[in-house]
Amino acid sequence: MLANYGFKDGSGNWFLQIDTDKCDGCGKCVEACPANVLEVGEDEYDPFRDEPVAKVTVAERKKLRYSCAPCKPGYGEEPAPCVTACEPGAISHADGW
Amino acid sequence: MAEAKTVEFWRWPETSWVNPGIDWKSGKFVTAGVDVGSVSSQAVVMVDGKLYAYSNTRTGSDSPDSAWKAVNLALQDSDMTVDNFDYCIGTGYGRVNVPMAQQAITEIACHARGANFMYGPEVKTVLDMGGQDCKAIRCDDRGKVLKFMMNDKCAAGTGRGMEVFADLIQVPVWEIGTRSFQIEKEPPAISSTCVVFAKTEVVSLLQEGVPENDIMAAYCAAMAHRVVELLNRLGVEEKFAITGGIAKNMGVVKRLEEEVKTQSPEANWYDPEMRDKGLPFDTQIAGGIGAALFGFAMLERGKAKSARKA
Amino acid sequence: MTVAGIDLGGRNVHVVILKDDKVVAKAAGATGIQKAEAAGKFYDEALQQAGLKRGDVEAVVATGSSGPRVDFANGYIPDAAADARGVNRLAPSARTIIDVGGEEGRAIKINAEGKVQDFAVNEKCAAGTGTFVDTMARALEMPVEEMAKISLQSTTSIPMNAQCAVFGESEVVSLIHQNIKKLDIARAVHDAIAGRVASVTRIVGLEKDIAMIGGVAMNAGFVASLNRELGMDVIVPDDPDYVGALGAAVAASQGVFGEEVKAKVVEKETIEEGK
Repeated sequence: MLANYGFKDGSGNWFLQIDTDKCDGCGKCVEACPANVLEVGEDEYDPFRDEPVAKVTVAERKKLRYSCAPCKPGYGEEPAPCVTACEPGAISHADGW
Repeated sequence: MAEAKTVEFWRWPETSWVNPGIDWKSGKFVTAGVDVGSVSSQAVVMVDGKLYAYSNTRTGSDSPDSAWKAVNLALQDSDMTVDNFDYCIGTGYGRVNVPMAQQAITEIACHARGANFMYGPEVKTVLDMGGQDCKAIRCDDRGKVLKFMMNDKCAAGTGRGMEVFADLIQVPVWEIGTRSFQIEKEPPAISSTCVVFAKTEVVSLLQEGVPENDIMAAYCAAMAHRVVELLNRLGVEEKFAITGGIAKNMGVVKRLEEEVKTQSPEANWYDPEMRDKGLPFDTQIAGGIGAALFGFAMLERGKAKSARKA
Repeated sequence: MTVAGIDLGGRNVHVVILKDDKVVAKAAGATGIQKAEAAGKFYDEALQQAGLKRGDVEAVVATGSSGPRVDFANGYIPDAAADARGVNRLAPSARTIIDVGGEEGRAIKINAEGKVQDFAVNEKCAAGTGTFVDTMARALEMPVEEMAKISLQSTTSIPMNAQCAVFGESEVVSLIHQNIKKLDIARAVHDAIAGRVASVTRIVGLEKDIAMIGGVAMNAGFVASLNRELGMDVIVPDDPDYVGALGAAVAASQGVFGEEVKAKVVEKETIEEGK
């Protein structure tokens, strides 16, 4: 499943996308994220999945506008640390990020 | 089609229904799904994955009360009690506060699963227009979520937004869709996205003497336009179905279909047997159906144990 | 030289008359439905105060969302351009302007000469505008002034989940039912809108000093929340609601009857988040 977490601000649409079919729950993205927005846990959207999956913490979901802003293109390292850390390539940034 | 019993006439009517064609005592598993939303709550009871009973009520002051109200209403014409549930799953905004539930599952998963049951495997895009949020979901032919987009920050495009409008224009919320077509010519949509600003716009249209029905058309068009943004970002894939309370408002549904140039299936069961028997169909119970089906699948696959007390 | 500035917004109209660069009269009121007529009415009121006739005024510049509808004006400049001029006159050290009015909120970055460098605007959503404050005050059953006053006494921060004014109203009602003190709810309301306004401001950056103008700047409770949110104190000039009109009058005195404002941020802030 493609889980979209993101926001829209005056400079565009910013979506952090996690492909849960590719994610192996290793947790490297959690360590890599400078803003601590990610965690590994139960897949909320697939009740039959046993393996843990990476996701944005509930507390951060409404605050990505601020938390993820330093990693927007032109501001932070490219590709973003979470993308680089993910070996299976499950994390991507959609819609112009 | 068999009529569901009307309990309340103010605002939208509360309903309940029990399937007379099912003897629940001879079934193997009784599973329930309780969907406690921000505006409405539903309870769905299934016997071996077949629809046995449901209710649709207005959410009360807290989630546990609303869950009980929904379950009691669903079972009021049955000799079944909550003690006969093998498994119960809570979903919706208040899902973690459903007292009779053994588990909580997010409404995104439940709506996709429920829409798959209601409209059939060809439905790959589900738009759930709820009381305080709007979700666009892409799923596979078994109702598994593949992708979704959600707006829960803004009242535009939600049931609450429509209720605010109904209060303002003093027309029962269920009449707005029909009356929005009793017009000579389609008016331009209300230009404000925000419900608060739209209210100001509606007041000035009323003062200018624009006919009420035209204003309803303009409001329905604006609401349709608002959710199209969400749908377009997700991408509409055939077929697309709408669930939730706004799915009952044809004024919004027809205008939405026109914008995305795709028809949604008629509000009736995909299952030919359910269709032939004329079982009542309610677009608001998709989440509850999905939750009850998940419970049934959990028991069958041995992923959960029966919690039946009687 | 006598000039006038008219700021015709979504909810209110403000008029400033300058004579030899000094403010000689001010008038303001609600626009109602007939916006253009309201502009004329309050213009005449200001003229009367100053003992002037329409013929005495050499130039009139309009601004505001309905500014182009002021038929007796000699020109129109966008809000950002008017705000920049007005703030530059009253608080020359300001490099960032936050303007929150009844139906709009905007953040403007200016240089030392009062030229607009960049701006971001929210005009599509009531959250983050004066309308949000009014709606919540109604839910609390008290005037906005009272809500502003009691919020300053609160020492408890309660987060408001709702971002939308419609949902916020239900949330305030449910907080009242939970017996949360009204002064704490009042603070929560101001914190919520301050968060929204700060989010728009961060788009243009937070360069010091920051000036806060517009009708909502008169709400001390909101300003306190905004200072906390930004982590610095904003400057609130006298009569913050008249700054747009003052800026338009300054433009008139400079002989500026139209201006294109270049914004790096062109898209409107709709404050919407996917999940």
